[in-house]
Amino acid sequence: MTELLKAAFKVDYPGFNLDIDLQLPASGITVVFGPSGSGKTTLLRCLAGLEKSGKMEIAGQVLQDENTFIPVNLRAIGMVFQESRLFPHLNVRDNLLYGYKRTPVNSRRLHLEDIGRVLSLEKLFERSIDKLSGGEKQRVALGRALLTSPKLLLMDEPLAALDAQRKTEIIPFIRKVEKELSIPIIYVTHSMSEVLQLVDTMVILKDGKVVKYGPVGKVFSDIQLREAIGDEHSGAVLDTTVLEHDTEYGITRLDFMGQGLSVPIQDISPGQPLRVHIHSKDVSLATQPPEGLTSVLNILKTKVRKIGENVGYSVDIELDAGRPLLATITRKSLSNLNLQPGQSIYAYIKAIRMVNENL
Amino acid sequence: MDVSSLDAGPIWLTLQLAGITVMILLTIGTPIAWWLAHTSSKMRVGIEAVVALPLVLPPTVLGFYLLILLGPNGWVGGPVQAITGSPLSFTFSGLLFASTLYSLPFVVQPLQSNFESIGSTPLETAASLGASKWDAFFSVILPLSRRGYLTATVLGFAHTLGEFGVVLMVGGNIPGKTKVISIEIYDRVEVMEYTQAHILSAGLLLFSFLVLLMVYSINKKLPVHVS
Repeated sequence: MTELLKAAFKVDYPGFNLDIDLQLPASGITVVFGPSGSGKTTLLRCLAGLEKSGKMEIAGQVLQDENTFIPVNLRAIGMVFQESRLFPHLNVRDNLLYGYKRTPVNSRRLHLEDIGRVLSLEKLFERSIDKLSGGEKQRVALGRALLTSPKLLLMDEPLAALDAQRKTEIIPFIRKVEKELSIPIIYVTHSMSEVLQLVDTMVILKDGKVVKYGPVGKVFSDIQLREAIGDEHSGAVLDTTVLEHDTEYGITRLDFMGQGLSVPIQDISPGQPLRVHIHSKDVSLATQPPEGLTSVLNILKTKVRKIGENVGYSVDIELDAGRPLLATITRKSLSNLNLQPGQSIYAYIKAIRMVNENL
Repeated sequence: MDVSSLDAGPIWLTLQLAGITVMILLTIGTPIAWWLAHTSSKMRVGIEAVVALPLVLPPTVLGFYLLILLGPNGWVGGPVQAITGSPLSFTFSGLLFASTLYSLPFVVQPLQSNFESIGSTPLETAASLGASKWDAFFSVILPLSRRGYLTATVLGFAHTLGEFGVVLMVGGNIPGKTKVISIEIYDRVEVMEYTQAHILSAGLLLFSFLVLLMVYSINKKLPVHVS
């Protein structure tokens, strides 16, 4: 049985209020996504115990309700912020050990050597903080939080201050932390590419309220959420399994819910998962399977689930391919195809993007 | 120059007064400055104004009220006399009390701006790492406040060193008890002993300059910046 994180908060500030009630799996990576001012950081502060409001429990333990309030320093919740917030008067080792020393001996599950290994920090231990790059600082900050052996790790836009290169360095570490140390992570961001690479459960916030939350595959392709997701990424996130590689043509074949997909060759062993993103504009529809030849390699057999509202001259169609898939077609095509919910339809996929790093 | 006629008493007394005053001020100034830096209470501006009063009041005004307060019938002097048998006015303890009030802004203000520049994020960070508030103060805030404390110490010390009006009003001019350098200089000038006045004045001038020079150069070298 999956353990749950239950949280209900009400916070009123002048000009802003947060009003949420969530039940999330206390495992994997939950990404809280939303524009600036949507309440992401306030939500994290509530979870951390930096704001006294509402109710929260994790895996059956009440952290706060009407009668209880466990203060931040006794919560065993790690935090990583946008700025590393390392202590400038301590070197890397002493920063890493700051929380470790304050964790009761019998609660210490992670030790300096483990964290040094997982985050590749061994060579930095004796460095002073001002001799670290931005990416190294964030790794140390992550390690410092992990050394408190937290039950939950909160990350507030930890990559926002880093350039693209540094980001791709850190993301695999975050995945690794979740996988190898099995610490659930709640990760706040407004960057969709971070969402795509990390997310298991997705929470979309807007104006202090939860618009939608659930497994990413479902939430991401919800036809109502186009605005929240943004045109640039509107589409579907599919979790596939690598089947085989065709080195002659440079193609990797994937299994997606029993149907095949082909992508440019990937350096991932067969049997490993691979997450891909399919933009809704890259999906065309046809009522027939191809007769004769086509240059399109990826064709999925689907059913029409929902037809969205008109957006200008186009319209979003939510398809069921075992998991949701989204297609954006013109209103003219919609009328030509005469689509109805439940109807079988072939989705021609013109492009597939990888989102996962090779871990 | 007749240096032998110079009494070391006032110098020693002055250093004692300034030293002890600074120690008291750092002890009571820290919580005041901390509170001022972090509170959102409406009382804040009022307390800030009270702390800053000695900066603008003529020392004689402060001295006058302190004289009454510390005297045998004063709110402070009365009870003290009832316990110890003598009031606080015209004693070293009375002088300490007065100096503490008089130099308060010189310690509280640098500490306050120091705490404000550090902000509350290091505290929250330390708390998220399991540190209680006291623990976080001693393990993070104090080490980050070295500059602030150095400035506060030196300003408090140097300012107490140079006070005159309040001392004269509250302490009078009792050798060995309340006669500090600034009073001694005044005495010497009164009786036209300019040489001795010169030696003491130049000494104080040089000392103050060297102390400030030291502070500024240490401040420049201290590696700790709040980031």
